[in-house]
Amino acid sequence: MSISLIKNKKSDYPGYRVPSGCAVFGVLNESGSCFDGRTIIDGIEMMHDRSNGLGGGFAAYGIYPQYKNDWAFHILYDDSDARNRMEDILKKSFAVLYFEELPTKRSPAIENPPMIFRYFLKLKDIYSLYERNVPVDNFSEDDFIVDFVLKMNARVSGAYIISSGKNMGIFKGVGFPEDIGHYFRLDEYKGYLWTSHGRFPTNSVGWWGGAHPFGLLNFSIVHNGEISSYGRNQRYVASLGYECSLSTDTEVITYLFDLLARKKNMDIELLNMILAAPLWERIEEMPEDDRELASTLRIMYGGALINGPFSIIAGHNDFMYALNDRIKLRPMVAARKNDYLYVSSEESAIIKVCPQPDIVWRPQGGIPVIGRVKKKD
Amino acid sequence: MHKNMEYEIDAKDMHYRILNSALKEIIKNAAPVKYADAAKSQNLQAVNNKIYGQPQEKDGPLTISLKNVIGQRYIGDGIKGNFKIKIYGVPGNDMAAFMDGPQIEVFGNAQDGLANTMNSGKIIVHGSSGDITGYSMRGGEIYIRDNVGWRSGIHMKSYLDKFPVIVIGGRAGNFLGEYMAGGLIIVLGQQGSAGSGPEDLGEDKNIEDTGGKKFEKTYYFEKFYSTSSSSVVGDFAGTGMHGGKIFICGDVDEYKIGKEVKKAEPDKNDIEVLKQYINNYCSFFKADYEKMISGRLKNFVKLSPHSHRPYGKLYAY
Repeated sequence: MSISLIKNKKSDYPGYRVPSGCAVFGVLNESGSCFDGRTIIDGIEMMHDRSNGLGGGFAAYGIYPQYKNDWAFHILYDDSDARNRMEDILKKSFAVLYFEELPTKRSPAIENPPMIFRYFLKLKDIYSLYERNVPVDNFSEDDFIVDFVLKMNARVSGAYIISSGKNMGIFKGVGFPEDIGHYFRLDEYKGYLWTSHGRFPTNSVGWWGGAHPFGLLNFSIVHNGEISSYGRNQRYVASLGYECSLSTDTEVITYLFDLLARKKNMDIELLNMILAAPLWERIEEMPEDDRELASTLRIMYGGALINGPFSIIAGHNDFMYALNDRIKLRPMVAARKNDYLYVSSEESAIIKVCPQPDIVWRPQGGIPVIGRVKKKD
Repeated sequence: MHKNMEYEIDAKDMHYRILNSALKEIIKNAAPVKYADAAKSQNLQAVNNKIYGQPQEKDGPLTISLKNVIGQRYIGDGIKGNFKIKIYGVPGNDMAAFMDGPQIEVFGNAQDGLANTMNSGKIIVHGSSGDITGYSMRGGEIYIRDNVGWRSGIHMKSYLDKFPVIVIGGRAGNFLGEYMAGGLIIVLGQQGSAGSGPEDLGEDKNIEDTGGKKFEKTYYFEKFYSTSSSSVVGDFAGTGMHGGKIFICGDVDEYKIGKEVKKAEPDKNDIEVLKQYINNYCSFFKADYEKMISGRLKNFVKLSPHSHRPYGKLYAY
C-alpha cells in the first residue's frame, strides 16, 4: 500500500520525467550498534524522484562479522566464462574461504541483472606472490589488494570487482535504489554504517558497475554532482599509479581517498583541507602559521583539490565523512539522534527514518560532517 | 463561496503528483470533491479516503490542512486566490513556486527552493528553510522563524506595487541577496529566543565531533572556512546587488559583503519599516515584540547597493 502510493507508476503518467539530481543518504551508529537495511532503503526511497532508475546502490559496514578479518569481494560477471577467468586468477593469489552467489529476490523492477558473487578470501604469502621483480619492502597487503583490484577491473573483460574491503560490502545495480535494496535483500543484513545512492546519470552510462557506491578496500563513495576538476585529479592519481578505468568522476575521488587517507595516513581534517582547500582570499587573511600550512597544502596537493558542484558521503569501517563543495552547489542536510548521525540530500529522508532528531542542520560548503565509530573493544 | 470550509488531506505515503492534484481539485471546486483524476491513478479509493471535508461554523477563507507531509515537492506551485494552506511536516523542494496570493503556514522545516519566483502571498515557516529560499521572488512575504540556507533571496526584484520581503529570525548562509535587484531582506540573528526556540545550525556540535588529534578542535573549520557559527550572515552577502535593502542585526565584517554594496546605519524610515516587519514576525511566532526590539534596533546595519547599474560602464552599445 505505502509503496504503491508513493511511487510514481510509469503507466499512471506517460511521458513523466523529472529533471533532477542524484540522491545520497547515509546513516551511522557511532557506538557501532548494528541495524538492518530497512532504514537506509526507507530513507533513500523518499528521494525516489531524484533518481531516474538508471542506478542505485548501497554500502554496508559491519555486515560480515563471521569473516571480519578476511577480504570480502563482490564481483559482477557478465557470463560464466568471465567468472571462470576471474576465479582462476583469484585462486592464484588467494585462498577462498567461502563463496556464493549473492542472494537476491527477483523482481520485475530489476531487468537483466548480471551474476554477482561474493568471496571471502585470505591472501597467500605476499612474498611468494612477488618473488619476481616487484620490491616487497613497505609493500603491504592493502597495496597488493589495490593493485590487484585496479588491474583486474581494467583487464579482465566481463568481470568487475565492485567491493573489496573487510567486513563491508557494496550492493549496486541499474534500477531505482529502493528496488535495488529489495533485490539484494538488504533487510536481512545488519550493519552500523550504511550509505546509499540514487542515480541520475549525466556524464556516463548507467550500467551495473558504474552505479554508486564506488569502493576500494574499505572506502566507499557516493556522490551527487560532478567533479569539474576531473582531468586534473585523474592525471594526479594516474601519476601515482591509479588507473582510472571507468571515465567517471566518482572513481577518482575513491582513489584520492585511498591515496591520502590510507597511504599517507592523514587525519580526515587534514584530508578535508586538501579536497576542499580554503579559498586563497581566505588564506591571505589567516595568521602566519595557518597561512603557511594552508598554502603549503594547496600547493603540494593542488592536484587533489576537487572542484565543481558536488556532495559526497564517504564510508569507511571507522568513520563516515560527508562533504559539500566549497560554494555549496548541491544540497546536504545532517541530523543527529542519540548515537545516530544522518546525512542526506533532503531532510525528508531523515525525517522518514527518524521523525524527531535531536538536531538538524545544514552543513556549510567545504565544512565536513564527520562521524566516527567508537571502538567497541 | 470559499467561506466556512476547512478540508484536510492526509498526505502520508502519497506521491507528490497525487497530493498536488488533490489540492488543486479542492481549490478549484471549493468543495470536498473526491479526487477526480481517476484515469491517472490506480489508487483512487486510497487517495479519496484521505481527503476529509469539515464544514466549520466560522468566517474566513477556505482552509486546507495537509497532514503528515514528508518531502512532497511542488506543493502550492502556481496556485492563485485567497485561501490558507497549513502544512504539517516537511514539505519538499520548490514549495510555493510561482504562488500568487494564498497564505501557507508550515509547521516544520521547509526544504530547498521555497517560494521560487513567488508573485504574491505569504509564507510562514515554524522552523528553518533550505537553500535558495525566495529565489527570484517578485512579491509577497516570507517569515522564517529560524535559519535559512545558502543563496537566500538571490535575484529578488521589486516592480511598481510588487515588493518582496523575507524576514529571517535566525541566521543566513553565504550569498544572501546575491544579485538582488529590489525588495527587502531582514535578518534578526537570534539564537534560540523566538517561539519554541530555533534549533541551532549545529556547527558547534559538528566541530566538537571532529575532534582532530593533532590540531585544535576548531582549527580547520572556524578559521579556514570563515562561516563560523557565530556570524549572522555568511560570506558574499549582497554580491552583485543593485537594488533593494538588507537589514542585518549585528555587525557584519567588511570582508563578508560584496564590493557592490555599502554598509550604513538604518535611517528613521528604515526603522519604521523594520518595526513593522518585526512586529509581524512576533505575532506569527508568538514572540514578545517589546523584548525583541529593545536594545536590538540600534544594532541593525543596512546593506544597500552603491549603484543601480554597477556594470553599466562595462558594456559598450
